[in-house]
Amino acid sequence: MVAHRRRNWKQAISRFLLLDLLKGMIVTFKWQAPSKCYTVQYPKVRPRIGERFRGAPRLNRDPETGESLCIACNLCAVACPENLITVTEEVREYLDEASGKVKKKRFLADYLYDTSRCMFCGYCQDVCPTYAIELTQEFELAIYRRRAFAWTWEMLENGIDQPVYTR
Amino acid sequence: MYQRDLGATEKGSPGIREMVLNMGPQHPATHGVLRIILKLDGETVVDLDCDIGYLHRGVEKICENRPYTHIEPYFDRLDYVAGVSNNLVYIEAVEKLAGIEVPPRAQYIRVILTELQRIASHLLWLGTHAMDIGAVTIFLYAFREREEVLNIFENYFGARLTTNALRIGGLFYDTYPGFEEQVREFCRIFPERLNEYETILNENRIWLGRTVGVGVLTAEEAKELSVTGPVLRGSGVKWDIRKAFPYEVYDELDWEVPVGENGDTYDRYLVRMEEMRQSRHIILQALDRLPQGPILGKVPKMIRPPVGEVYHSIESPKGELGVYLVSNGTSFPERLRIRPPSQINLQALRKMAIGHMVADVIALIGSIDIVLGEVDR
Repeated sequence: MVAHRRRNWKQAISRFLLLDLLKGMIVTFKWQAPSKCYTVQYPKVRPRIGERFRGAPRLNRDPETGESLCIACNLCAVACPENLITVTEEVREYLDEASGKVKKKRFLADYLYDTSRCMFCGYCQDVCPTYAIELTQEFELAIYRRRAFAWTWEMLENGIDQPVYTR
Repeated sequence: MYQRDLGATEKGSPGIREMVLNMGPQHPATHGVLRIILKLDGETVVDLDCDIGYLHRGVEKICENRPYTHIEPYFDRLDYVAGVSNNLVYIEAVEKLAGIEVPPRAQYIRVILTELQRIASHLLWLGTHAMDIGAVTIFLYAFREREEVLNIFENYFGARLTTNALRIGGLFYDTYPGFEEQVREFCRIFPERLNEYETILNENRIWLGRTVGVGVLTAEEAKELSVTGPVLRGSGVKWDIRKAFPYEVYDELDWEVPVGENGDTYDRYLVRMEEMRQSRHIILQALDRLPQGPILGKVPKMIRPPVGEVYHSIESPKGELGVYLVSNGTSFPERLRIRPPSQINLQALRKMAIGHMVADVIALIGSIDIVLGEVDR
C-alpha cells in the first residue's frame, strides 16, 4: 500500500520509457569530461594546505640570533590535554649587555614532544607567549620506528627527514 | 546474553527453520564496528539484536579527569563526521553552567559552522547510504561537495575532521580573509548539485524499490522509542531542538522544519535532502546578518563553574545531542554524561527491520545514520 503511493500516470510513462534511468545517466555523463576531474595526483602533486592547518610541531628559532624562542615557561606542557610535552629548564648565568651585570635566567635545556599521542588540538601553540611552538602545514608524519615518534628538540627545530618518493 | 536472548540453541516452532547470523563487526555496511545478531527465517529477519561497544574508549571517564578547557578535543572524536556540532554542545553546556556570555559575532559564526557541518555530515550519509544500496555514482559526487565544506574548515581552524573549532566564551579564530566569499560560492553551487542528486535518485526505480515502504516507523512508535533527528521527522513529527529550545541565534533566523509522511527509508532520505537546503538557507541569512565585533567574551582564566548541574542539548545532524554536566566547584567536572543520538536511534532498528530481508537491514542502518564513535563513546 505504501509502495504504491507515489506512482501516478506520469511516473508510469517515465518508467515504461526508461526516462528515470536516462535522466540519471545524463547527469553521470555530464561529469565525464576530463576537465571536470577532481582527483589530485597526490605524491606527484602536492595538495594546497590551509594556512592555519595544525600539522607537525615545530619549535621556532629567532631568525636574527638563531637562538630558540622558547623561554621554558612550561605553559604548553600544562595546556596539553594528553600531557605529551616535556619541557626541561635550567637556570644559567648570563651577561646582560644593557646593564653590564651578570644575571640569572631560565633557559631551555631539553624539549620532548611525543607525536604518537598528539591529537593536534593546537592548545600548545595557542598558549605560547613567544610563538615558539607552532603546528605547521607539514602533514606527513609516518615514521618507521616507534621510538622516533618522540620528537627531540633538534627534530622539532629542523624537522624530520622525509623520504622522497620517486618513480 | 545475546545467544540466550536470541535462542541460538532453542528449537524453532515446527515448520520454521531459523538461523542465527552474525553481521559484523567487520562488515562494510555497518559503518564501523557494529555487530548485529540476526535471527533469520530464510532471508526474512525474525529478530535482531545489536551488539555495541567495540569502539568504547571511555570518553566520559576521560573527561572527568581533565580540566574544562581540555575536554573539547575529545568531543571531536565522538561523532567524527560532525566535529563542530559535538564541540558546540560541550562548549554551550559549560557556558550555561558557568554563566558566560558569548558575543553576537561568535554566535553567528557558530551557526554558520554548525550548519556547514550538517551539510557535510548529510552528504557523507547520502554517499555511503546510496552506495550501500547500490547507487555507487552518487558516492563520489557527494564527497566532492563535502570536500568544499572541509576546505572551508581547514582554512578556518586548521583541521578537517577533528576540528576543535570553538572555545569557551567564543571562538579560537576570527574568520580568515575570503571566508564569506568561499561560503557564498559553496552556497551558490550547492542547490544545483542537490538537484543533480535528486535527479539521479528520486525517481530511480532501483532506489524506490529499495527504500519505499522499507522500515516504516509510525509517529507513535518513533516517540515511544525516543528517536530524534531526521529519523523522527521522517515519521512526521515536527520536532527540532533548534525550534523547540533555540540556542545561539536560531530564533532570529527564518527556516522550516522538513517532515516526512510515512516514516519509511525514502521519507528519511527526503527529509535529509530538504534539511540540507534549509541549512544553506540558514547559512546565507547568518552571513547577511553577520555583525562586527569581538569573537571572545569575558572568560575567567581558570574556569570553575559554581556547584550545580546542567543539561544542554542541540540538534546535531544525527538528532538530539545532549550533555549533562555536574560541577563540584573545582576546575574538573564531577560527572559528564553524553546523550548520543546515534545510539538511541539505533534502538529503533529492531522495530524497523523485523519482517524485512537481510539486504534491507543494510538500507536501514544507513537510513538511521549511525556513527560508531558516538554509539560506543
